[in-house]
Amino acid sequence: MSANIPLSRTDFASDQEVRWCPGCGDYAILAAVQRVLPELVEKKENTVFISGIGCSSRFPYYMNTYGFHTIHGRAPAIATGLKLANPELDVWVVTGDGDGLSIGGNHLLHALRRNIDLQILLFNNQIYGLTKGQYSPTSKVGKVTPSTPFGSVDAPVIPAHVALGAAARFVARGYDVSKELPEVLKRAHQHRGASFVEILQNCPVFNDEAFVQITDRKQGPAYQLWLKHGEPMIFGANNEMGVRLNPKTLQAEIVKLGEDGITEDDLLVHDETNPTIAWLISALPGVCALGVIYCDPAPSYDSAVQAQHAQAVERLGEPSIEALLHSGDTWKVE
Amino acid sequence: MRRRSAVKSVDRGEKRLLIDMPNTATQIREELDSVVIRFAGDSGDGMQITGTQFSSATALMGNDLSTFPDFPAEIRAPAGTTYGVSGFQIHFASHDIKTPGDAPDVLVAMNPAALKVNLGALKEGGLLIVNTGAFTKANNAKAGCKEDPLADPALEKYRVLPIDITKLTLDAVKPFKLGAKDAARCKNMWTLGLMFWLYGRDRQPSIDFLNEKFGKKRPEIAAANIAAINAGHIYGETAELPTEIRPVVVARAELPRGTYRTIDGNQALAWGFAAAAQLSGLPFFYGSYPITPASTLLHHLARLKNFGITTFQAEDEIAAVASAIGASFGGALGITGTSGPGVALKTEAIGLAIMTELPLVVVDVQRGGPSTGLPTKTEQSDLFQAVWGRNGDAPLPVLAPATPGECFEFAILASKIAVKYMTPVMLLTDGFIANSAEPWKIPDVSSLEPFPVTHHTETEGFSPFKRDPRTLARVWAKPGTPGLEHRIGGIEKDYETGHISYDPANHHRMTLTRAEKVQNVRALYPKLTLDQGESEGEMLVIGWGSTHGAISQAVDRVRKSGRRVSHLHLRHIWPLPEGLKELAERFDQIMVPELNHGQLVRLLRAELLINAKGFNKIAGQPFKISEIVDEIEARLGKKEEER
Repeated sequence: MSANIPLSRTDFASDQEVRWCPGCGDYAILAAVQRVLPELVEKKENTVFISGIGCSSRFPYYMNTYGFHTIHGRAPAIATGLKLANPELDVWVVTGDGDGLSIGGNHLLHALRRNIDLQILLFNNQIYGLTKGQYSPTSKVGKVTPSTPFGSVDAPVIPAHVALGAAARFVARGYDVSKELPEVLKRAHQHRGASFVEILQNCPVFNDEAFVQITDRKQGPAYQLWLKHGEPMIFGANNEMGVRLNPKTLQAEIVKLGEDGITEDDLLVHDETNPTIAWLISALPGVCALGVIYCDPAPSYDSAVQAQHAQAVERLGEPSIEALLHSGDTWKVE
Repeated sequence: MRRRSAVKSVDRGEKRLLIDMPNTATQIREELDSVVIRFAGDSGDGMQITGTQFSSATALMGNDLSTFPDFPAEIRAPAGTTYGVSGFQIHFASHDIKTPGDAPDVLVAMNPAALKVNLGALKEGGLLIVNTGAFTKANNAKAGCKEDPLADPALEKYRVLPIDITKLTLDAVKPFKLGAKDAARCKNMWTLGLMFWLYGRDRQPSIDFLNEKFGKKRPEIAAANIAAINAGHIYGETAELPTEIRPVVVARAELPRGTYRTIDGNQALAWGFAAAAQLSGLPFFYGSYPITPASTLLHHLARLKNFGITTFQAEDEIAAVASAIGASFGGALGITGTSGPGVALKTEAIGLAIMTELPLVVVDVQRGGPSTGLPTKTEQSDLFQAVWGRNGDAPLPVLAPATPGECFEFAILASKIAVKYMTPVMLLTDGFIANSAEPWKIPDVSSLEPFPVTHHTETEGFSPFKRDPRTLARVWAKPGTPGLEHRIGGIEKDYETGHISYDPANHHRMTLTRAEKVQNVRALYPKLTLDQGESEGEMLVIGWGSTHGAISQAVDRVRKSGRRVSHLHLRHIWPLPEGLKELAERFDQIMVPELNHGQLVRLLRAELLINAKGFNKIAGQPFKISEIVDEIEARLGKKEEER
């Protein structure tokens, strides 16, 4: 393969037959990733996909890159070791709502707060697909599934809140069939440090149309708030709606432009670097914030580890086993 | 060849100082072959520091030695209580010794609780040094003593030396104007000074240690502690001690010539891994989560960043092993270290490394179990977990060094097996090996055999499961290599292509291949040799791990009484070495002493169909030599001619 010929989408498709259910949102996500990677990647051999267990975690098998299908929930930890062993690699983690937020919640938390340079894509379908339809930590209260025949009674988590709470420096949201998804992935890739991207994903078999209000081609746009840094938060089929901060309740609220004299000047302006705004808008009732919710880069964990290694060599010198074994008190028997 | 040895000189960094036996002119020293001392006090009394300082000084005098730190799991248990008692036993001698000794000749008891817990162990007629200053009514009550324990007629069996160490220490450190707490803390150093005098040890190394530890930040603490050492020493020289308490001299031990140092098991492991990193040319990655008694391995390795070792304190045991596996996937050698409960958590991930055939070393510093068990006590009860404790048919090589010093070479061997055979390797040590120190002859670094590793780069005919026909190891192709992009994972893979395969015959074949690959590791084993004795006889004693010293001494004793008993110590637990069955069957009896409820013995019976019988101790304490001697003698019965 010559370095001069630019990579194309097909370079990233493996020879393995894709085995997700017909109509699964994962197909669209796979296509988006394969479409965007040629723009992002110069050396395909440096790209690695690490996954855990679940439908989404079959992802690496379909990518013609290095890949590791690991064990349930542990992908961020395996990716951390990989990135530390070779910081040159471009490491992506593919996980789901069960894999990433239930069994692997601890690893997700720590990968994010350490800010290790990984792109973590969490496919959220609000259900356990591979085990045949039990409710997940993002399922809505009352969800009837084989394990909750009378409806689930535990409150769901909001993935973006988990990430923000874990001090993630990059949090974004997209959905499977969205045309904007490649752009969101591009931003995640640009960000040095841990990037967390929640991708709303339809499971046509066990949880069909869970996000239909947002993703429907006709109705959807009315419920999508695409965030743009520095611009007021406006949405709606005719851009007639907005998001305003209510200073009395310290909550973000939905308002209609023109009603009660509300103008664009009254609306919240998106500031990617403001964690408070990120928190407020990631769980708005009645509208779904999409795009880059939060982006405020900080030094990555892997770069700090590398810097410490360099300092150690500088301070302690070239390693010598001979000197190490003779360090401290020794004595001679003659 | 062994020859009469003599410590000529001692290297202490740049300084070179000659050691001369102090005070020999003024007092006649009693000459002894060996001495066992136990220092015992409250967890906050600094007994572990006293013990390690005494050990260093003893090593520098050229004695052979073995130590046994025994401390509670609680960091600072309520002061004065029996469960807060911390102990440090040292055995030193003019000859080769292998255990920290059965019963102490000398007990130093810093408070009533320490006396109560340890008095039973002291040899009859042994020397008991007590800090009377701590025997207050309140402290007696905390230790659960209704009467004054010093007035107990039971003490008449011992030579008692009562000293108000607390008061003498406070007097000695008065000029440094420390707070009451800091001043009282110096009493362990006063005691150390007295013991230095009693056994003719040089004070200078400990003085250097204190200056180094406190000199910069709190020079007054360093000065006070040094004054305490000197005061204790002067007390020995000048106080009119009872005539039966005489200073002692233990001659230098005959050791093979070479340069020595003291080393404990976790330190030896860390240095062994550092050596393995150099010998293999690979970056090493150590992922770990703090756990007693394995944590110091992380501490040691964290200092060795310039050796190409990355240490990662993970969020939990699973992340620790997972990160190591990720590093191995990336072309480094991933290592993880823990104790039994941690191995339980890592088990699924170890299975992943077996399935994906990635190199990995898992160190299990065993402790009393199950569950949290006895965190600070030693046990050998993870052998089943190591050999068999995974879902599926999941074999991996299991190694077990027998002494702290052997940990160095076994860290190298484990690393070599892992990368040569593309397999996880389990390295079993235990709390005793990890914490106890022994003199270690520093190996000649140039004699360590390199095992350079080159990752696969050939694209022609590449499959991730392409195998070396001799070892059956698969190729190690790392991300970043052009043209070798491939996927691995926990799902069964096709023998030829490495793609996902649910084919029944393929799973059968892959399972057998993984098992055979692990059996092939025996090519790296040395020839099976007995540690002691002839290759046939009345009894073969088979041990493994840290029981080596006690078994070795016990077998030596019964052999001296004319019995035909041999000692075999297994350092390669899985796969078992070749020729073991044939060797074992040449003995009338086979006894397997273990600090567990019978694990190696069951493995041997199951694998070799031999009539091995266990001898088990599950007390969180090492074997005493006498316990094994008694058991061997009981099982052998009287000699033919005595019947």
